[in-house]
Amino acid sequence: MNNDYLLSLMEQNKRIDGRRLDEYRKISIETGISKNAEGSARCKLGDTEVVVGVKMDVGAPYPDSPDEGSIIVTAELSPMASPDFELGPPGPMATELARIIDRGIRESKAVDFKSLCIEEGEKVWMLFIDIYPVNDDGNLIDASMLAAMAALKQVKFVKLKEDGKADFGEHTNKKLGLGKEPVTTTIYKAGKSIFVDPNNKEEGIFDSRLSAAIAGSNIYAMQKGGTGVLSLQDIEQMLELAFKKEKDLRKVLDAVK
Amino acid sequence: MTSRVDGRKIDELRKMSARIGVVKRADGSAMFQIGDTIAFAAVYGPRELHPRFLQNPEKAMLRCHYDMASFSVSERKKPGPSRRSVEISLVTEKALSSVVDLKLYPNAVIDVFIQIIQANAGTRCAGITAAAMALAHAGVPMREMVAAVSVGKVGKEIVLDLTKEEEDEETGATDIPVAMTSYNKGITLLQLDGEVNKKELIEALKLAGKGCEEIFKLQERVLKEVYSGGKNE
Amino acid sequence: MDSKMLVEDRDIVIPGEVLACGMDFLPGNGTYREQDKILASQLGLVSVNNRFVKVIALTGKYSAVEGDLVIGKVCDVTIGAWLVDIGGAYGAALALRETPEFIERGSDLTRYYDFGDIIIAKVVNVIKGKGVDLTMKGPGLRKANGGRILEVTPSKVPRIIGKQGSMISLIKEKTSCMIVVGQNGKVWIKGENTEDEVRAAEAVLKIEQESHVDGLTEKINELLSKGGKNDKQS
Repeated sequence: MNNDYLLSLMEQNKRIDGRRLDEYRKISIETGISKNAEGSARCKLGDTEVVVGVKMDVGAPYPDSPDEGSIIVTAELSPMASPDFELGPPGPMATELARIIDRGIRESKAVDFKSLCIEEGEKVWMLFIDIYPVNDDGNLIDASMLAAMAALKQVKFVKLKEDGKADFGEHTNKKLGLGKEPVTTTIYKAGKSIFVDPNNKEEGIFDSRLSAAIAGSNIYAMQKGGTGVLSLQDIEQMLELAFKKEKDLRKVLDAVK
Repeated sequence: MTSRVDGRKIDELRKMSARIGVVKRADGSAMFQIGDTIAFAAVYGPRELHPRFLQNPEKAMLRCHYDMASFSVSERKKPGPSRRSVEISLVTEKALSSVVDLKLYPNAVIDVFIQIIQANAGTRCAGITAAAMALAHAGVPMREMVAAVSVGKVGKEIVLDLTKEEEDEETGATDIPVAMTSYNKGITLLQLDGEVNKKELIEALKLAGKGCEEIFKLQERVLKEVYSGGKNE
Repeated sequence: MDSKMLVEDRDIVIPGEVLACGMDFLPGNGTYREQDKILASQLGLVSVNNRFVKVIALTGKYSAVEGDLVIGKVCDVTIGAWLVDIGGAYGAALALRETPEFIERGSDLTRYYDFGDIIIAKVVNVIKGKGVDLTMKGPGLRKANGGRILEVTPSKVPRIIGKQGSMISLIKEKTSCMIVVGQNGKVWIKGENTEDEVRAAEAVLKIEQESHVDGLTEKINELLSKGGKNDKQS
């Protein structure tokens, strides 16, 4: 299955699995998949599978925001998920993925950092959002954001011990509570064709991709990837499709309690 | 129209300057300054790529390394790569790869090193602008020049070339770094963090185009001066 | 639409600059066609020849061409060849059978050409994306003993050599130095004493820096006429 073949299919508005260019694969989200996490979720997008776990711990606040906690997003691209991933510390791809998800959550203020304050200037809750792709069959960004948001929706605050440390394993009944819930859709461009949700083979043919974290009518974070060049018209077209697709993905996220 | 903190108009760039040939040992190099942000870029290559297994028989690898000097920011930054610099190196590579004819040098590597000496916002954009000049100076074949500038939303206004003060604005600012090509005016870098709607984003991108036009003029002047007996090298 | 040149011969252009429009012009080296326009893909000098528009790069790594005379440094030794650094994007190899002297297989190759030795060789074969094959069989090809090596931008080499070698001959004459200019930008200078070598080197570097300036030959002549053997007499 070579790239030219896939490209020519796209030009005829076709894809090897019969999907439309603007059609996502089957999406399913399962929560509570890892007992020791404060919140966890598995998102399946076709054969792409990403697991996200959220852990809380007590930390010191940053000096310029003494009454705020924060999020720390990490992505681990384990060689288990793809023959293209290598062992070792996060490389550029893992770093980019983590930061795209981080910005989407942070800029939309999905998490109220002030609600993470324990003792101003002294102790705050830090939320560790760790992304583990289990199988990479394309479109890790969108799957990761869905899994991360679903996991965050589950989070209940950890109990605090007498000495002010976290009592791991013991939870209060207080949910984290989310503000806006950003959904990230990534629009891909190959040649003149604009499409969404590529599988692993289709990931090899794109020139540019544009990921947008959207809630309501606003964009909170965006990242262009790929070495292609986009005209202003391209971007307008891609954004229009992004807003359209966000509605579909939101239905799936909203169904998660 | 409210005036900005430094008195600039919303579509006004900070004062810019550039120099070619600042790193003598490199095959090509350039410095670009915009406001208080200073970026140095040095290009080595094309040269043989080692280790062998990284070689691509179809084209050269463009390897970008963005780094901020520890003293470039007011609160000292630990020397060495950070996740932020890894990501910026990645998007810089994507932004420049679009215009470089990598197929001309199979199995080789073109190394681009960007060092931020002084930072006041817009560092990745300054880095890309300097790197494009360094690549041209190194004689690396490029289809077009590339320049980058940040646009954004401060308060309710869409502005060009944000300063750190504007980025850190209390009510929250949206920062949008954009890189464009000189002939086709295509976008090769686009990132955003903040909050804008579609209309605001498109307006910001158009403003970025205007800003890049001015930067292209500076790049052209400075590159040509090197060889017309000008003062730059 | 009428075809039109938008720049003049010897104008300095940058990548992405429009050189001509219309289909009558043809894109040469350093340029490319985008629809009906010809754009520069290099920083360099425009050169128009009939309908061919090309850009002569003013900077850039050496790109080997078969037949080029090059000066390189031995950087590694294998069983049947020396690996030579000639600058450029790829490596060069000098095989056992391409040396002027007969060398038996199995001999210690470093006895003939050792790490760090400078050799004057010719390019016999260019394998795209891989490297270059060299030979030292031929007149003037040998190990360079003593003297000094200068590095100049390869694109300036023609200017340093001059029309039919006129510029380089001028320098050789005025400094009594042996000078070999490699197409790869390496220049070997060997004189009877250090002062002469320095004068020759200064002249070469001046040509490199002012290659685009008119009246360069006179300036070099002037520079070389001061000091040295001619002056010592007075």
